[in-house]
Amino acid sequence: MFYREAGQFKTSYQDDQAIFPILQDKVAVLALVAFAYVIPFFANEYWLQAILIQFLVFALAAIGLNLLMGYAGQVSLGTGAFMAVGGYACYKLTTNIEGMNVIVAILLSGGITAAVGILFGLPSLRIKGFYLAVATLAAQFFILWLFNKVGWFVNDNPSGTVTAPPREVFGVLVSGAQATPEARYWTCLTFLVIFAWIATNLVRGRIGRSWMAIRDMDIAAEIIGIRPLRTKLTAFAISSFYCGVAGALMVFCWLGSVETEAFDLFNVSFPVLFMIIIGGLGSIGGSILGAAFIVLMPIFLVNFPPMIGIDIATDFQKHIEEIIFGALIIFFLIVEPEGFARLWQILREKLRTWPFPY
Amino acid sequence: MHFRKLVLAAAGVAIGAGTLMAAPEKAGAAEQFIPMLVYRTGPYAPSGIPVANGFRDYYTLLNKRDGGINGVTVTFEECETKYNTKLGVECYEKLKNKGPTGASLVNPYSTGITYQLIPKSAVDGVPLLTMGYGRTSAADGRVFKWVFNPPATYWSQASAVIKYISRRVGGYDKLQGKKIVHLHHNSAYGKEANPTLEILAKRYGYELTLIAVDHPGQEQASQWRQIRRLKPDFVFMSGWGVMNQVAIKEAAGIRYPMDQFIGNWWSGSDADVVPAGDGSKGYLSTTFHSPGAGFGVHADIVKHVYGGDEAAAKENKLGEVLYNRALVNAMYATEAIRTAQGKYGNKSLTGEQVRWGLENLNITEARLKELGMDGMVRPIKISCADHETMGPVAIQQWDGSQWNLKPEWLTPMRDIVRPLVEADAAQFAKENKITPRSC
Repeated sequence: MFYREAGQFKTSYQDDQAIFPILQDKVAVLALVAFAYVIPFFANEYWLQAILIQFLVFALAAIGLNLLMGYAGQVSLGTGAFMAVGGYACYKLTTNIEGMNVIVAILLSGGITAAVGILFGLPSLRIKGFYLAVATLAAQFFILWLFNKVGWFVNDNPSGTVTAPPREVFGVLVSGAQATPEARYWTCLTFLVIFAWIATNLVRGRIGRSWMAIRDMDIAAEIIGIRPLRTKLTAFAISSFYCGVAGALMVFCWLGSVETEAFDLFNVSFPVLFMIIIGGLGSIGGSILGAAFIVLMPIFLVNFPPMIGIDIATDFQKHIEEIIFGALIIFFLIVEPEGFARLWQILREKLRTWPFPY
Repeated sequence: MHFRKLVLAAAGVAIGAGTLMAAPEKAGAAEQFIPMLVYRTGPYAPSGIPVANGFRDYYTLLNKRDGGINGVTVTFEECETKYNTKLGVECYEKLKNKGPTGASLVNPYSTGITYQLIPKSAVDGVPLLTMGYGRTSAADGRVFKWVFNPPATYWSQASAVIKYISRRVGGYDKLQGKKIVHLHHNSAYGKEANPTLEILAKRYGYELTLIAVDHPGQEQASQWRQIRRLKPDFVFMSGWGVMNQVAIKEAAGIRYPMDQFIGNWWSGSDADVVPAGDGSKGYLSTTFHSPGAGFGVHADIVKHVYGGDEAAAKENKLGEVLYNRALVNAMYATEAIRTAQGKYGNKSLTGEQVRWGLENLNITEARLKELGMDGMVRPIKISCADHETMGPVAIQQWDGSQWNLKPEWLTPMRDIVRPLVEADAAQFAKENKITPRSC
């Protein structure tokens, strides 16, 4: 009734190729983005600082990994390492170059991460699937070891932690402890919106299609004229760029101060992998939904029992949370192996015919 | 079908989120809220559980025995961090505004979380009490107005350990050419003692080898192979959680002499030595309070908190080293609140007011006697310039069934450590554009 595309005629190719060709989609997404921008006016500091910024950072990283895994079919467990490269690069750029704008630094650190990603993507030309996952796992361990070992990366700080210095954008502090949660939130949100938009366009275009061709059958793709070297490496580069930007935002806008432990396999790489599996491989919206699930669900599970007045011991509560969280993941994967993105698609189809299904 | 499920799920999440958003604030009764960042799960639980229990029992004791601090009830809430910095920050944000006046002070019990909270705490006006851990240079109160790390820091401790080793080998001149290994957790915490050990190595001519153990520390075979090859005269360890027991088991495995193996004060609790059985007999560690359950405060806890049930108290780690440390820490915190009440009145105090209490904290021998902690811990007097006090360090030894304190208390080398602290604090002040206070 409300969600019907009948009568929406496209009179130009440009209209036909719009990201959201259906008016209702367009309105819904724009409304959602607008809503995201006004959240700081009524959410409290805990929500912004501890939950929503974390969600935005992970959503960006999940989009990055989804470009690589979901679209180009290259399995990677090195997300944490690539985010660490972004975070540490941004720290070095802002502290060692006087007057460096923090936005420029974040973008540059994305570029540096892309270069590192290409380097560690090279094995993908010879090895595939699980074997490639192991090769990227090497990146994960090697890069974190390097940052922990070599003092230059942390400006020879004896504790080995990097602390985001206070930096301004247009006269508003966006990093450092003095920056308001609102400013940090808007910075991360803007990055996410812009990069999600770019990613959506990328995967609809030539690059995205060549990635998907490689993913579906690389020999066939080669025969129709797609160069595996270039395609796989662009996938690694662009994916790493996204992860690098997410890592820089993680250090500068969310945590403020990190050691390498914050980027380790179980803290970052696996959760981001689960985000895209649960959200839906090969879907930008799915990455965001998956990040929301993986970030928000544990926090919800921890806070829920006290909310309804159930007082249980802290350790028991944590264990229960882990059990329920694990069970939910299995449940969703059984109900819909293709992730939230597919559920969303089903919902849309139902909505189209509602209230008169055939 | 899918549609209905989805709507139900969405509604459920929305209701849940709604309740989360509208967390009701409690009415302003006379109570003082202290957040507790604990870790009762994960690889650091062996260390985290006795600490968490100690805090809980001490606050409960105050409420049950004295009716709070001068009539102001102590309220507290635990939040599980798993010793993970991300969860730590989430817990801090969640708890910092609870209670009628917000968090009185925060004990993060993690050096990593402390590093993250140092800049935040100054903005939020919540003092950090990092007793014997955290950022060493926070001892300079002129720069780190909001951070307190009594009674001694990692650097003070390292200098005291070198002092102890010099006693063992027969003087500072005998340190020349001795081989000392620093086996440390590969994190901000573990690395903290390195600069001091390096400076002292230059001064006294011992050979220092730094060996790192990665989080969480369950796998140390290669490190101990290296130690076996090196044959060091002493091994100094900065470990935490499961890393400690694994290291002690490995050391016992290569028959490394236990009385040449010295843990720092986070590597010397009961849970660390018991798993190695007889192999850990003779293991040494530093400390700044007595072990055991024989003090007045323990008797009171058994009586008021456990209703006389000693077995239940023991079950909850009563008298273990880290349990006692938590009692000392909770005592510092509540005495600081009491000190602040002396100035601001017996009501719910803000973080700013508690900070004043911490800075003017003066716990005398007589006061310790009243608290049932005389002989357990040393008196302490914090000042505006010195947030550490560089209290003396004791050495304790495990005899196979309990910890025994060695009689001599070692004073840290103030002439070496303090200039390093001031230099590092000045660097921090410069980087973060802080003007040091004049004290």
